[in-house]
Amino acid sequence: MEEFYHSVHLDSSLCKGCINCIKRCPTQAIRVHNGKAVIKKEFCIDCGECIRICPHHAKQATYDSLDVLKNYEYTVALPAPSLYGQFNNIDDANIILRALIKMGFDDVYEVSAAAEMVSEMSRRYIAEHEQDKPFISTACPTVVRLIRVRFPNLIPHLFPFNAPVDIAAAIARKRAMEKTGLPSEKIGIIFISPCPAKVAACKDVIGNDTSEVDAVVAIKDVYPKLLPHMSYDDDLEVDHVRSGRIGVGWGNSGGEAGGLLTDSYLAADGIENVIRVLEDLEDQKFTDLDFIELDACSGGCVGGVLTVENPYVAQAKLKKLCKYLPVARNHMNGKYLDNAFFQKPIEFKPVFKLGKTFAESFDKMQQVEDLCVKLPGLDCGSCGAPTCKTLAEDIVRGEASEKDCIFVLRKYISLISDDIDDDD
Amino acid sequence: MSNSIKLTYQVSDDDFTRAGEASSNVKSKLKMMNVPPDAIRKVAISMYEGEINMVIHANGGTITVEISKDCITMVLADKGPGIKNIEQAMQAGFSTAPDNIRTLGFGAGMGLPNMKKYSDEMDIQTEIGVGTTVTMKVYIQ
Repeated sequence: MEEFYHSVHLDSSLCKGCINCIKRCPTQAIRVHNGKAVIKKEFCIDCGECIRICPHHAKQATYDSLDVLKNYEYTVALPAPSLYGQFNNIDDANIILRALIKMGFDDVYEVSAAAEMVSEMSRRYIAEHEQDKPFISTACPTVVRLIRVRFPNLIPHLFPFNAPVDIAAAIARKRAMEKTGLPSEKIGIIFISPCPAKVAACKDVIGNDTSEVDAVVAIKDVYPKLLPHMSYDDDLEVDHVRSGRIGVGWGNSGGEAGGLLTDSYLAADGIENVIRVLEDLEDQKFTDLDFIELDACSGGCVGGVLTVENPYVAQAKLKKLCKYLPVARNHMNGKYLDNAFFQKPIEFKPVFKLGKTFAESFDKMQQVEDLCVKLPGLDCGSCGAPTCKTLAEDIVRGEASEKDCIFVLRKYISLISDDIDDDD
Repeated sequence: MSNSIKLTYQVSDDDFTRAGEASSNVKSKLKMMNVPPDAIRKVAISMYEGEINMVIHANGGTITVEISKDCITMVLADKGPGIKNIEQAMQAGFSTAPDNIRTLGFGAGMGLPNMKKYSDEMDIQTEIGVGTTVTMKVYIQ
């Protein structure tokens, strides 16, 4: 398995080499080289910001096409709660869940059902581990990646739980095997996802060896296939809804925190806001909270780049749907699920270091500081790096040259031409 | 090439929005330098506490950070009112903040004690009416 699998790729025929994406990337992972954007794989956290900003749609998400259903004898759809916020006038999620079966899935299992289990286990876990507070949610794979590469001191604060979709996948697989008698490989557990980060999280798994999710399809691909099958005139006998307000609420920012039934929490959404919270948390600017919910996308999962509806409209729709639901439908009776916890520790990956050792990094940092004084400090992006400082770092890493800076180059050219003039 | 990296930051007077800028800048550099996470954490917390103290009590000042091969030295110099009784100021929970400020959750009296706790060495030079210079060291390894 590749060390850094990513769910964002570039269609270089569409890339014009502009600097929109390099400026927007929160981890400075993109450069423009030879007129085309290049993603530095080890820096990328799959947040999707470059997909949002690219005016030429050259940055694209990688995910599975709906054809993946044909690869399996029996398929189970795992709809993310954010799917429910994409449609108008839904007061019963069964309308969506039954339509999923009509469009070709054999069964459905709501991710929100597993989310409710995680909420209950989290409440117990916090009560049992008061000394390790505050806990940081592990539901957003982008946030987990960000912490793993940039906030090593916060790794011990991460909830040790698998994300709801992973728990849902394990439950769905077990149920499908029992129901059909088929071997595991003939069963396709397919996540209907609001974001491509989950694609990467299923290929380059953090916290476990493998993922129970076989494929990840996009809400935006499922949406048009679902609409013709959605109707109120269905056979109302079949009830697929297994979750309540707490589970479905996870689709919105603040939803996971709401499920903890505590007032002592913070919920931040949008990657820049998330980074600010993590920086402050690292400096211990606030310590007396139980829980920190962080969603890379604005609005929470409803803001994922694979969704259709405006995130804030979707939030309102989810809230309306929740109104008719019981608080929760999944009860663990004080137990932890066997597969709830990460199987292996989350390790710090210091991808941003300049050198292999402290001594090497020290020398390189000195060079960066010296270069920063030489460079114009305009952060114009013309060199292909987002800021003068990142260009300096690239030069020191041997990935760029001083003359990539048009101002340094101009000075150099005028020096040469002066020399030529002198020779005359 | 010299044996240390020197960084200088001006801490502005009464500007809460910018408090923490210097410590987060230092933190991001240390993270690129293979400095052990624990040392980074100590620098970040002790320096942020010092920085905020300069904003609240001392009308700002200058922070000089020197990164050498074995330690990080932070010198926080201000021209503020000075500390009347260092021993008292070092006690956890002692605060000069009035009750109404403390009710708001500020002035917990942990500023200097936290700086002491998270740095490996700390020295305070202060003179009433002239200013205070706090020097903190965090060792690498």
